Amino acid sequence: MDRSTFSIVGNSKAKNMTEKIAGILFLACGFFAVAAVIVITVYMIAKGTPALHKVGILEILFGTVWSPTSAEPSFGILYIILTSVIGTGMAVLIGVPVGVLTAVFMAEVAPPKLAGIVRPAVELLAGIPSVVYGLVGLLILNPLMYKLEMWVFKGSSTHQWTGGANLLCAVLVLAVMILPTVINISESAIRAVPRDYKMTSLALGATRIQTIFRVILPSAKSGIVTAIVLGVGRAIGEAMAICMVAGNSVNFPFPFSSVRFLTTAMVSEMAYSQGLHKEVLFTIGLVLFVFIMIINLVLNRVMKKGAEDGNKYR
Amino acid sequence: MGTNTVSLYTKRRRLSDGILTALIYLCASLAICLVAGIVGYVVVRGVRSVNWTFLTTVQSSKNNTFGIAGNLLNTLYIIVITLLIATPLGIGAAIYLNEYAKPGKLVRMIEFTTETLSGIPSIIFGMFGMVFFGTTLHLGFSILTGALTLTLLILPLITRNTQEALRTVPDSYRNGALGIGATKWYMIRTILLPSAMPGIITGVILAIGRIVGESAALIFTAGSGYILPKSLFGAFHKILESGGTLTIQMYLRMTNAKYDDAFGIALVLLIIVLGINCLTKFLTKRFDVTRLDERRGKQKRVKTKVSK
Repeated sequence: MDRSTFSIVGNSKAKNMTEKIAGILFLACGFFAVAAVIVITVYMIAKGTPALHKVGILEILFGTVWSPTSAEPSFGILYIILTSVIGTGMAVLIGVPVGVLTAVFMAEVAPPKLAGIVRPAVELLAGIPSVVYGLVGLLILNPLMYKLEMWVFKGSSTHQWTGGANLLCAVLVLAVMILPTVINISESAIRAVPRDYKMTSLALGATRIQTIFRVILPSAKSGIVTAIVLGVGRAIGEAMAICMVAGNSVNFPFPFSSVRFLTTAMVSEMAYSQGLHKEVLFTIGLVLFVFIMIINLVLNRVMKKGAEDGNKYR
Repeated sequence: MGTNTVSLYTKRRRLSDGILTALIYLCASLAICLVAGIVGYVVVRGVRSVNWTFLTTVQSSKNNTFGIAGNLLNTLYIIVITLLIATPLGIGAAIYLNEYAKPGKLVRMIEFTTETLSGIPSIIFGMFGMVFFGTTLHLGFSILTGALTLTLLILPLITRNTQEALRTVPDSYRNGALGIGATKWYMIRTILLPSAMPGIITGVILAIGRIVGESAALIFTAGSGYILPKSLFGAFHKILESGGTLTIQMYLRMTNAKYDDAFGIALVLLIIVLGINCLTKFLTKRFDVTRLDERRGKQKRVKTKVSK
């Protein structure tokens, strides 16, 4: 800038203009997320509902026969929905206790040095791409499952053999994949519990373990609930990892059945589907989207309540 | 235990305490064993496949070679394009939320949608990207479609990290700059963004990690091309051609039962992820604003910033 023409008021007009433009641009950036969510929602509904009209809501949601490419196609996705719900439930049942106890270990039990080993491990667990989980699950878990299957169903003539690719396998992979989420969120919830609580409990004569399970964990309840909800969201939306290990045929989700999830149905059929079949796949996407939206709303509620509780105590 | 032996000095051992402690240790060691097991298995099975030819050639039945050079390049393309779009948007949104907006319905709405965006699974982004960018905007299966889809995916990550970084910048910086006559945009540009830069960079690196590991959102948007561009024009045009990242190629090798190749790619992916984890750790340690203040004293840091 030329020094001689510099003035405090001289270029205020241009300055104001820049200020205004900057403000508007930032507002636009802020609204991008809003716009994205609206457009995604509109598209999911617009793409997912036509098949519901053509096939019939009840036939799709409560039909149990999935044969989209046969001469008389049938598009019942009840088993697919049930697989996702039950599979996610089982994964959370396994993953959450392990995750919360690991979080307790890192926040309360472990000496700092030991926690310093566990934390990078958990971070790495979070960073491993889902296809790698799929590959390792396929080559390690599936053979193990097959052995288990042979042992459980020895001599059974009615059992459909899956070669180890079954619901249980997918559930274990999902349980491992939600671990980092559960551990991180619960750990910060446990660390956020005021130290006074712990001190008071210990001073009253409770042991360390009693303090953890009777005082600290109940106080960190809302954070742990958040962790569970996020874990559910992560598990129900995972596609590539379980695509390889779940066996991929549509069955009622018994532990040793080859099953198909909402997500894996999309991954495995989208490439070759056409016409009505493709529209039904979008309906499956819509069902998953509705699940995710419900989870998001619950999460929002839980976090709001958690923030209120936090204010109450402080 | 007889009542006459009870003393304040003898510790009463509780069986349940022992069991629960053992369980806690068991769970923590399980997490470590899982990581060690997975990493170890991938290294052992993958290390034989990774060599110079593997990294520098492309899949070709004529030469009978398999390599991932094309996929490495595609991954790089997608990272760069996605970040070029998502970083300004994310930082802008964070600046709006932190510096401009007054708390109220609008902020809550933006924060809620950002939260929602981060909760949507990548397969849904993939489907949306396929029909919106691919079909409606006629971009087809291309690197650009994939990058635009991933923009939505990593936007929340960058926004949130930038917001966190902006929050750690002390208010005295803002007041000081505004007090000596800087306009708001000038203050943001010269004071806030440089001070928040380490946090922003951490967010960007995390986003790179997310992009490298992503597969479900890319398989229907970026496709699976693996050819290297032959000319400079080809290098530009590549943006509009289909290009599979490392994860996609790995998935395809896996479905074709070429497990050795898949493990080779898995090893490359793990090395990238590990590198990214170390880098973020280094950055957060080195540039943590609050810690710097403790170490050097607040006064000095303010001085160096303002004198710039």
